[in-house]
Amino acid sequence: MPSKLFSRRSFVSTVCVGLTALALPLPALALTEARAASLVNEVVNEINRVIASGKSESAMIRDFEKLFVRYGDVPIMARYALGPDARTASPAQLRSFTQAFQGYISRKYGKRFREFIGGEVTVKTARKIKAGYEVKTSVKLQGQAPFDVTFLVSDKSGKDKFFNMFIEGVNLLLTERTEIGSMLDRRKGDLNALIRDLASAG
Amino acid sequence: MSKFSTSFVRVSLVSLIAILAACTGPAPESDGGSRVHDPYENTNRSIHNFNRGVDKALFRPAAKGYVTVVPRPMVNSFNMFAENLSLPGQAVDYLLQGKPKEMGTTLFRFVVNSTVGFAGLADPASDFEIPRADTDFGETLHVWGVAEGPYLELPLYGPSTARDAVGVVVNLFTNPVDFAPTRPINNLGLYAEVVRRLGDRGLYSDTVDSILYGSSDSYAQLRLIYLQNRRFELAGDDEDAYLGLYTDPYADPGSTAVTDPYEDPYAE
Repeated sequence: MPSKLFSRRSFVSTVCVGLTALALPLPALALTEARAASLVNEVVNEINRVIASGKSESAMIRDFEKLFVRYGDVPIMARYALGPDARTASPAQLRSFTQAFQGYISRKYGKRFREFIGGEVTVKTARKIKAGYEVKTSVKLQGQAPFDVTFLVSDKSGKDKFFNMFIEGVNLLLTERTEIGSMLDRRKGDLNALIRDLASAG
Repeated sequence: MSKFSTSFVRVSLVSLIAILAACTGPAPESDGGSRVHDPYENTNRSIHNFNRGVDKALFRPAAKGYVTVVPRPMVNSFNMFAENLSLPGQAVDYLLQGKPKEMGTTLFRFVVNSTVGFAGLADPASDFEIPRADTDFGETLHVWGVAEGPYLELPLYGPSTARDAVGVVVNLFTNPVDFAPTRPINNLGLYAEVVRRLGDRGLYSDTVDSILYGSSDSYAQLRLIYLQNRRFELAGDDEDAYLGLYTDPYADPGSTAVTDPYEDPYAE
């Protein structure tokens, strides 16, 4: 059955942790390897705090969305996820798409927070890459073998923010780009229809 | 022991055929970690729809029932049992890949878990920090330089590639305790594997559902996720392969997927 890819290393179950963790805010320190690594720990702590709060699911999702905006470079992620259509979109369309994307991601991954309960993230390495910094971690969820999650951080937005993550090699931003592309195709390329539907999707 | 030697003969014969079969086609790994080579997309999509139908009607409900009725520790035990049965075959693959150390630890893991671990139902080997085995004949072919080949979705099995599909078939025969077409009673490994998959489908139900039923194009999502994950597994800890991984979305976020160097994770 089509579950082969979840068998050996259950990476996908972390998708939940996933984009939620993409968002971290940072003070005005120069971005270094150490700083990038500590950012990951910060965001993990923030997420765990929300989970431990015991709020309702919808309240948690609102909190995840705040974290996503504070720590993640949402505009660049939204733009990348939209792909080539971002070039032809009007500034107003891009704004409302970014807004809708932000809510969609927060709902889609925030709903899965239970899978992250008791999760532990261990930073293994941090280093400079072309686009910013790469922080490799090992994530241990309850009852599962540890798996690799890689966070990418950049200060190109003016602040130190997350802009992508990879779970066992799966590029989440690219996965969302594919998904958004399919949604757009399904609506015959109508960006306004996509924005409308995305606002309630996830 | 004689079972082992027949396995080796089988391996060498079948692998020759495998290489011939899988040699054609481009090597997507060298193009990048997310390049998709899918010339049989129409057929694959039909099979995907079939698989989704089977999942929805049979496998998903069975898996949900299984993990509801059977306590989690038992599900884990059955998974360990299936994994343990696959170890001799994996040891063969490590040998063929020229990795005697991994082969040794895999056999050691098999011995420990088969004895102290109650025929593989428990996993004391992990408590002794014996590394887990995770390989297959598809990886052996990769090590031998066989190209990945086109993406394939296999009936009842799911995402694969030409190279990995050959690996799946070969692995049916290389595992000494696995597959006996003429004596179904001996197909213990195969049955165990089906049970393991049932367990995984149940335990990761939300994740699988979100891909198969929550996506606007589940075929494309599954294909992308499978290919990236598989290439990541095969690249291992190859730092150089990793370096080319991240191009810069800040550079030109509106670029097309085809020319976007972001598509090029494990290349260089």
